[in-house]
This record gives sequence, C-alpha cells and structure tokens, in this order.
Amino acid sequence: MDLLVETFFNLAIMREALPLLLRGVLTTLALCAVVIPLGFAGGLVLAVLGTTRSRWKRFLLACWIDFFRAVPPLVLLIFVHSGLPFAGIELTAFAAVAVAFLLNNSAYYAEIVRAGIESIGRGQREAARSTGLTATQTLTWVVLPQAVRNVLPDLLSNTIEVVKLTSIASVVALPELLYAADMARSVTYNASPIVLAAGFYLLLLWPVVRLLSRLEHRIAG
Amino acid sequence: MATPELSAWQRFVETFFRPDLLAEYSDDIALGMVVTCEVAVLVLVCGTALGLLLAYLRALRFRALNFLIVVFVDVMRALPPLVLILLFYFGLPSVGISLSSFVVLWLVLTLVLAAFAEEIFWAGMLSVRDGQWQAARSTGLGFNQTLVWVILPQAVRMTVPPLTNRAIAITKNTALGTVIGVGEILNQATTAQSFTGSATPLMMGAIAYVVLFVPVVMLGRWVETRFAWKRA
Repeated sequence: MDLLVETFFNLAIMREALPLLLRGVLTTLALCAVVIPLGFAGGLVLAVLGTTRSRWKRFLLACWIDFFRAVPPLVLLIFVHSGLPFAGIELTAFAAVAVAFLLNNSAYYAEIVRAGIESIGRGQREAARSTGLTATQTLTWVVLPQAVRNVLPDLLSNTIEVVKLTSIASVVALPELLYAADMARSVTYNASPIVLAAGFYLLLLWPVVRLLSRLEHRIAG
Repeated sequence: MATPELSAWQRFVETFFRPDLLAEYSDDIALGMVVTCEVAVLVLVCGTALGLLLAYLRALRFRALNFLIVVFVDVMRALPPLVLILLFYFGLPSVGISLSSFVVLWLVLTLVLAAFAEEIFWAGMLSVRDGQWQAARSTGLGFNQTLVWVILPQAVRMTVPPLTNRAIAITKNTALGTVIGVGEILNQATTAQSFTGSATPLMMGAIAYVVLFVPVVMLGRWVETRFAWKRA
C-alpha cells in the first residue's frame, strides 16, 4: 500500500512538478482555444460544401472526409511534423499540431453537422426560400442554427475527444500538460506527475462528460 | 535540363516514394500491419464484451456497484488514452507489475472501449420501454431471460451505429502504441524514417493505415445509414 502511494500519489513530487504542470495546463488550454474553433469552422465549411447538388463534388468531399477519418491523428501529426520538412515545408510544433488537427477534426465535425443539416426537413428550406430569403440566408439563418442544435450532444462529445486528443501533441514535444507531466516523470523516476496530469484532465473534462451523459440519456429516454 | 514541373515532381517522388526504400521496408510495414490488426481485434472483442458485461451488471441495479461503474465509465471517457498508457507503462513496474508494451496498449484501449460500450449498451437498454420488461416478466421469464431474449435484441439494434463509430475511433488509437514502442505500423514507419533519413517510410505507414481503415470507415458510414432512425 505504501509502495502504491509512493509510486502514484507521491505528494512531495507532485508539489515539485506542479508549476511545470500548470504551465502545461495553460498550453493545453491555448491549444484548445485554437484547434476547437478551427476544427468546427472547417467542419461547417465542409458540411455546407456537401449540400451541393453536384454528385461528383459530393463524392470528392466524401473521399476527403473518409480519408482524414481513416488516418489516425497521431499518424497525421507525425507526417505533418516530420514528413513535410523533407518536402521543404518546415512548421513549428504548434503549427504542425494546428494543421494536423484542422485536417482531422474538421472531417469529424463535418460529418456531425451534415447529419444535423439532414435532420432539417425540406419544408423549412422551402418555406424560408418562399419568404424571399436567398439560399445563403436560408442556410445561415434557418437551416444551420436548427441543425447545430439538433446535434449538440454529438458536437459536445466530439469536442471532448478533441481536448483529449491534444495530449498527442506531447509526441512532437509541444510542452502541453501530458508533455510536462512526462518530463517530470522522467526526471523523478516516479509516475505521480502523470497521475497529477490525469487529475487536471478530469477536473477539466469530468463536468462536461457528466453533462453529456445527461443530455444523451434524456434524448434516448 | 528538365522542365521545372518535372523536377518538382521528381523531387516529390524522391522524397515520399523512393523506390529502393519502398522495397526495403515493405516487409517491416507489413509486419506492423499484422501487429496493428492483432491489437485491434483483441481490443474490439474484449472491449465490447466487457462493456456488455458492465451494462448487464448495471441493469441489476445494485447501488454501490452502479456508482463504481459510473465512476469508471466517466473517468475512462474523460482521460486521454495516452495518459493511461504512460501511467500503466511507467507506473505499474514500480509496484511490481511489469506488463509488456503490447499488453499495456491492449489493456488501456480495452478499458476505454468497454467504458464507451457500456454507456451505449445502457442507453440502448433504457430506450426499450418499461412495458416490455413487465410483459416479459409476467409471462414467467426470469430477469436474465428477459434481458437476453427480449431487451437486448431490441437494444442492440439501436447501439450498432454509435458502437461502430466508437470502435473505429478507438481502433485507430492503436497508433498511440508507438509512444511505448509497440511494433505497430507507425512505430515501424518512424523507426525506418530515423534510419534512412527519408520521408518515404512515413508515407508507406500512412498508406498502410489508409488501406486498413478506409474500408472500415466506409463500413461505418454504411452501418449508420442502414440502421438510422429505426428505433425500437
């Protein structure tokens, strides 16, 4: 039992690692503040492009989305970070993460928004158009607001995944929360800093998971 | 002197598709694909089974047990898998439990999938109306019989699309194994990349994932439309 506490809940080591981890938390939050709006905006654009009548444009879009849903985000990140420099494209770790996340997350957000758009009946669109709104106005003011509201739980769930996903930025040495914790672990030869990092992730995400769980059950029941 | 377009094209090929490296490392990447598939299948089978077991236990409605299950599920949903992987891999040996990197990857992803699967199965069970329970029980079926023959068949239908999508997402997390040295595709690719100083193995790795996962993603898409809005 002592060994367990010593290994995973060593308070002295946690206290020592705390400043480093707090800086990590700030970096994680900054990363989220960039990649979540970027991914959602990208997803909106892809989903709106997907409403086109042209069959082959829809097919190309579906290929693009399926491609980026098929490649694991870490593979994409390492490709952008370590592969592109060979082609003369050098990105900082932060920029590499932003690009890889945009490509990956926008594909997921796009699928969710698409489902939302499809949940809005034709009648809404026809009614809006018949009142004199243009196609763009109809999309912006009638279809999208309802579409987004209909898929809110899925959007929230995906956003939780994105926040969790920022932890892979540690692999390209971006000093976010997990990277800071792993640094502290390798210096102290003790896993407590990672437990502390887990604590921060729980603090950040548990309330959201609870909320989501309630939303999901309300809709299912 | 070649035209600029051609030389740019040649440079692209030389960077990402060097023929000699394609030949040299195709075996390693193939080996990585086998490891990725092994982990993926083990995780899918064990994670779904454990998730179903947890949902069953939750249906028994023991307060203390339910509380533990909900906490487990919430924690697994809130923590990034990579955090758990590092924690298990570097923490457990200090308390005398040494697991291979393969086992750590399998265990973590199984637990994460089990948590999501439990939530999905449970939501499915709740979606079956109470009257079904009462009717089945009043015909003389036991609790287990009702669950297995009446509730689950109706619940599972609803759970197929979300479970498929979640399973796909978690299977792709096998790539996280590279961080602790599991010899899956990404690990083979980055190792070869650092040996050769070329981006070709990375491209091979990316292609291997596309080959493995595009059919799976398309299957998920098909399942989604096939089962859409046919709620019990």
